[in-house]
Amino acid sequence: MNELVHVIKVGIADMNVVQPPHLIRTSGLGSCVGVVIFDQMKEVAGLAHVMLPDSSLARSETINIAKYADTAVEALVELIIKAGGRKNWLKAKLAGGAQMFSFQSANTDMMRIGPRNVEAVKRELERFRIPVVAEDVGGSSGRTIEFNPKTCILSIRTVNQGVKEI
Amino acid sequence: MATIRDLNADHIDILKEIGNIGAGNAATALSQLLNKKIEMNVPNVQIVSFDEMMDLVGGAEQVVAAVFLRIEGEAPGSMFFVLSLPQAERFVKQMTGDALFSLASPHPSELGISALQELGNILAGSYLSALADFTKLTLYPSVPALTVDMIGAILQYGLLELSRVGDYAIVIDTAVHEEQQPEDSINGHFFLLPDPDSFVPIFRSLGVSYE
Repeated sequence: MNELVHVIKVGIADMNVVQPPHLIRTSGLGSCVGVVIFDQMKEVAGLAHVMLPDSSLARSETINIAKYADTAVEALVELIIKAGGRKNWLKAKLAGGAQMFSFQSANTDMMRIGPRNVEAVKRELERFRIPVVAEDVGGSSGRTIEFNPKTCILSIRTVNQGVKEI
Repeated sequence: MATIRDLNADHIDILKEIGNIGAGNAATALSQLLNKKIEMNVPNVQIVSFDEMMDLVGGAEQVVAAVFLRIEGEAPGSMFFVLSLPQAERFVKQMTGDALFSLASPHPSELGISALQELGNILAGSYLSALADFTKLTLYPSVPALTVDMIGAILQYGLLELSRVGDYAIVIDTAVHEEQQPEDSINGHFFLLPDPDSFVPIFRSLGVSYE
């Protein structure tokens, strides 16, 4: 019997988990980083669309934990474990963190946000001892990514280079 | 600090007027540049989630030509001038006389790209100078940057400062299109995204309280 395949969409500053036969995707990553954490044998994966490197940048009392690298990775690991993933078997794939514009502006820190997001996500993954097995980060192009928790392949689409799989 | 939800109808009207004056000035410049009639829609001021903002422009993956500049000064923010690819190509063809210009080609002509960049400079500059005249605020635009890519990836830059405060953006959106050309959802949009701290100076400059 065929089961309907859903593509679970993850918005900006959002996260979710997925199990086969479903797929998970997020669109239009620019400076944001899409981090996929998965347990291949248990066939469970999670995706977070991280927007900013650190929750200390927040200027509000309540924060959206999926927005910041330091809070998103931790929360995503918890979600994956709750869905059946095993802490010591988790691996990660990353995409995004582009620098779409190069500016000579006063606010260069914010303009360099893509590389800073990538560094911050990697630092958090290291804290949880989760190896990054593949990545497609940096550059100056937007990306749409889709992950299949069955094959653990991450497809990355850019405007100029078509689709590649890591 | 006041939040986006504290905006009342007067505030929205003021933001609409900003869109009207800024884009009106830019549309006049565009019309002179291309020597043809340009029509402008009533500005749309919306308070939207980041994902809703992407839906406004036809989805995050929509490929567009966009000019982006940061505004520094008394009311910092981000401004985008977004064109659909066919529209951008039409404008370049008119300005350069190069009938074969295509943004889809792997190496679009440099002349065409620089014409598009210049178009963006002129339009963004006229939008901002109208805004500065109207509010009497000092605004310093960065050099505009042109890119052709997924709109979601581009607009993210305008959301960074806002995202530190919350999950909503106030978008001042004014669409322009050429007379007798089909309108589509991503035809020539000006997006002004003031940073969260800019609302107080903007409203104060126009005599409306917002604290």
